[in-house]
Amino acid sequence: MSKLVSMHDAIAAHVRDGDSVIIEGFTHLIGFAAGHEIIRQRRRDLTLCRLTPDLIYDQMIAAGCARKLVFSWAGNPGAGSLFAFRRAVEGKGPPLELEEYSHFGMVARLSAGAAGLPFWTLRNYGGTDLPVANPRIKSVTCPYTGEVLATVPALRPDVCIVHVQRADIHGNAQVWGLLSTQKEAAFASARVIVVAEEIVDEAVIRADPNRTIIPGLIVQAVVHEPWGAHPSYAQGFYDRDNDFYVAWEQVARDEATLARWLDEWVYGVKDRAEYLARQPDLRARLTAKPRPSGSVDYGY
Amino acid sequence: MATEYSPKELMACVAARELRDGEVVFVGIGLPNLACNLARATHAPNLLLIYESGAVGAVPVRLPVSVGDPALVTGSLMVASMAEVFQSFLQNGKIEVGFLGGAQVDRWGNINTTVVGGDYAHPKVRLPGSGGAAEIAVNARRTLIINALSPRAFPADVDFVTSPGHRYHGTSRAALGLPGAGPVRVITDRGILEPNAATGELELAAIYPGETVDGVRAQVGWPLVVRDSLGTVAPPTAEELRLLRDVLDPKRLFLKG
Repeated sequence: MSKLVSMHDAIAAHVRDGDSVIIEGFTHLIGFAAGHEIIRQRRRDLTLCRLTPDLIYDQMIAAGCARKLVFSWAGNPGAGSLFAFRRAVEGKGPPLELEEYSHFGMVARLSAGAAGLPFWTLRNYGGTDLPVANPRIKSVTCPYTGEVLATVPALRPDVCIVHVQRADIHGNAQVWGLLSTQKEAAFASARVIVVAEEIVDEAVIRADPNRTIIPGLIVQAVVHEPWGAHPSYAQGFYDRDNDFYVAWEQVARDEATLARWLDEWVYGVKDRAEYLARQPDLRARLTAKPRPSGSVDYGY
Repeated sequence: MATEYSPKELMACVAARELRDGEVVFVGIGLPNLACNLARATHAPNLLLIYESGAVGAVPVRLPVSVGDPALVTGSLMVASMAEVFQSFLQNGKIEVGFLGGAQVDRWGNINTTVVGGDYAHPKVRLPGSGGAAEIAVNARRTLIINALSPRAFPADVDFVTSPGHRYHGTSRAALGLPGAGPVRVITDRGILEPNAATGELELAAIYPGETVDGVRAQVGWPLVVRDSLGTVAPPTAEELRLLRDVLDPKRLFLKG
């Protein structure tokens, strides 16, 4: 049975007030369209989890969706600061609870969640203040070697949203380019929404099964949303909109300017199609130049 | 003939010269990326670049503006998941050199990229945090810190230890069980600091052309020890400058200033 629904319906059905949510993607394939729909549906008290909150969580924090942030690097990649985040933490805005790790710590938390284990071990955090700031970073003594290893608890979000290049209507999802922690996040989460640049026939998936990172069996909803990762990028589809990331510094620095941006580009549009229709230059500016791979032979 | 160059250009050259051909380097954006690609274009064509985003053996044909730039993927040897990057490559001892930098570096080479002023829960300035820096500082076989000198950037003690250097509240790396050697060089805009072999305290090891010991000391928040055999640093060659300016960063995104 098809799981294909609109973004509106996917968010309405699967993201609830108070949920812990992970919108995946590391620089690549960040689910901006999904984040904007969550803002439009005015979800509240979310625990937002991501290695890099990026602009999408800064927008969601500014819109009042977030109660708590679980993260490892909160900057504007290549450009500067996340100002809504900073205002909250520096006592100049609505408060935001923090649970902070390093990238490896977040990766380890998701690995534990995806493996169905309560925690994960890593050789890390010795000589740092991170376990002081975050008492959930603990340690364990290896029963085989006696080495003391750091531990982090499993992260098991209520909802994971992954943006992918292509998927079938059952949610079998294929990604190429940077992989982030999409697979671990999806397996760690109770519900998974796959958002795809292209919906393809199941035969396309079956012709190249090594490229599938998320199987349909763990997916509740599939959304077709071309350019749904803008201003981040989708390898082979469109480039990162670096100009947007740079310009965001000036938008987000001032609370009122940021609120006006949300009014115009999130609340002021019905959906991603309308967001795109207002920016007719995007395709000419960012569409990827082709660089097809060779293909492999799955014969036997 | 003397050629004009900026401090950042010399920092990139000094960092590039630290890299040996064939080494595996965990690369960050900005000057580290320029240094690695400068090394690759000069004495280290077989340098293997790994970015935390998962690009292994990256050969970016445009200057990446973030660690997740799509140009890092195109033509690379492998795209690893981030779990593989941190576990199979970094924690498993495959990374020989890691680059680090930050708002504050202290006398032990500890780095702060988390909070400045106030306390952790109520900081004056909130910085982005660790990203991959803590695990690089712990697990890379050696690290290079690139940071411009200033009294604010080089206090005696950092406000928050995000990435460990040679000593944490008096305890050495060895006693803490950290596998990597830690920061072996701190490449600044006026000279190079290196840890004392016995104590781990950063000392002035080499100075750039035209800089003075007193000038360096004035930028550092602890009584900086100056080595007896103070090294000098060669200015950038014409070829290094040509590569940096015309090929690697023609828009001067990271070289300006």
